Amino acid sequence: MEPHYLALNVSSFITEPLTHDFMRKAILISSLVAAVCGLLSSYLTLKGWALMGDAVSHAVMPGVVVAYALGVPFSLGAFIFGVGSVALIGFIKQKSRVKEDTVIGLVFTGFFALGIVLVSKIKSNIDLMHILFGSPLGISLSDVKQTILISLLVVTLLTVFKKDLTLYCFDPRHAKTVGINVWFLHYLLLTCLSLSAVVGLQTVGIVLVVAMLITPGATAYLLTDQFDRMTLISILSSIISSIFGIYFSYWFDIETGGSIVLVQTFIFLFAFLFAPRYGIIKFKKLLSTTK
Amino acid sequence: MESREFEKYRIEAENICVDYNGKVALYDANLRLKAGQICGLVGMNGAGKTTLFNALTGFVNVSKGKIRINGESLCIAQRDQTVAYVPQNEGIDSDFPVSVWDVVMMGRYGSMNILRNPRESDIQAVKNAIERVDLLKFSDTPIGNLSGGQRKRTFLARAIAQRASVLLLDEPFSGVDIPTEKLISELFIQFKKEGKTILLSTHDMIHVREFCDLVVLINKTVLAYGDTSEVFTPENITSTFGGMSPDVLFGPES
Repeated sequence: MEPHYLALNVSSFITEPLTHDFMRKAILISSLVAAVCGLLSSYLTLKGWALMGDAVSHAVMPGVVVAYALGVPFSLGAFIFGVGSVALIGFIKQKSRVKEDTVIGLVFTGFFALGIVLVSKIKSNIDLMHILFGSPLGISLSDVKQTILISLLVVTLLTVFKKDLTLYCFDPRHAKTVGINVWFLHYLLLTCLSLSAVVGLQTVGIVLVVAMLITPGATAYLLTDQFDRMTLISILSSIISSIFGIYFSYWFDIETGGSIVLVQTFIFLFAFLFAPRYGIIKFKKLLSTTK
Repeated sequence: MESREFEKYRIEAENICVDYNGKVALYDANLRLKAGQICGLVGMNGAGKTTLFNALTGFVNVSKGKIRINGESLCIAQRDQTVAYVPQNEGIDSDFPVSVWDVVMMGRYGSMNILRNPRESDIQAVKNAIERVDLLKFSDTPIGNLSGGQRKRTFLARAIAQRASVLLLDEPFSGVDIPTEKLISELFIQFKKEGKTILLSTHDMIHVREFCDLVVLINKTVLAYGDTSEVFTPENITSTFGGMSPDVLFGPES
């Protein structure tokens, strides 16, 4: 490590990057995105929709590209392609003998490939690298506005329908039996997934956005047996990862999206090892055996 | 009048068929149950027991036939939360971060406002239901920390809190301890007095003899149906289980 890193004291490690306007903006917007993805992450983890999250987050790519080219909000394009891909997955699964995970894999790679081809063909100022790997440090003002709007929408939906969505993830049959519209909840969760994928891809990019959607929830799942606490832990770990990820990216001059996701992964590994109840290393046992 | 005819029955299934992507799971099934009847549902694995439950709750649509609950359509039964389904333990994600209280409260969701904010009456109903299954001191326990029997009682409490008049129970006695088995059978007697109708699937022939007024034998369709004493004969059971000797199923006592 270069000597000037070592000479830095902690307070300048934290404050120095904040003197830049782009850093303040990146940290604020990434924290917001992280909170939204962290909240949704709890549901996806419990519903077992990790692969679905992966599929949808990749499948929104052509939608984003087309929306940019047409000059309409990219969230609209992403939404159409995100939900469309899931409808297509359902259709192919029902009409053929191919197994579901295969269908998911082939549909989302197909959509993703279409997106890449479109980027190369549509002459515009879309930077493929920005879509693939995110660019929280260079986010534009109109994107900031859109991100805030979508985030508010997703958080509102997930808050209003919290109990129904929890029940839907836990026991859809009971939900149906007591007259709750399960079809609506299914598509509500899908909609939130598509929209979160769109805001998430701005900070970490399409390739890694699935991590934003599953890792915080998985970490929280190891740390608690209570749904509300799980949501809170998921959101917090997600925000902390984003902030630290951006700082590391700044100080060590590394790619931001990768940096954020790596921090998330380390937090997960920490929980995996040391979680009080579900970690693989049992502190209480260790203490009691040494006594 | 036809509708009058229906009103006499809690559950009426008429020639129902269910298929999953062209594979027939159940065909031409008929079933009629009145208030206060306990009916055993007996059949092999894959004979369509769960499918029949799914059809009666509206979780799968029937491709043919008609289902009436209390003389009304399934839509109305769902709106009124008339039917409660108590899943078998294997059908529950026991790692899901919810407590006993949370699960029982889910029984009240159907009659709450859109935010599912519990009213005083909902809280009372949940408390009473948990008390009836003797789990009050486990109210805040995550369901993952419960024994199989306690988990079964939790879902029974949910059905009680729901105030359903039709109870569908998938293997209520499998994997439960003796105290739970005793508690469940006592609850059955109370439910019967309250006029609830119970349809339960079971592998245990002794339970059928003990609790069930009626029995339904199924293998993709209803093979036989009626009073337990008349229908539950070794010959019928043998044909239900595809030729397997009833001695194997009953043990030496029959």
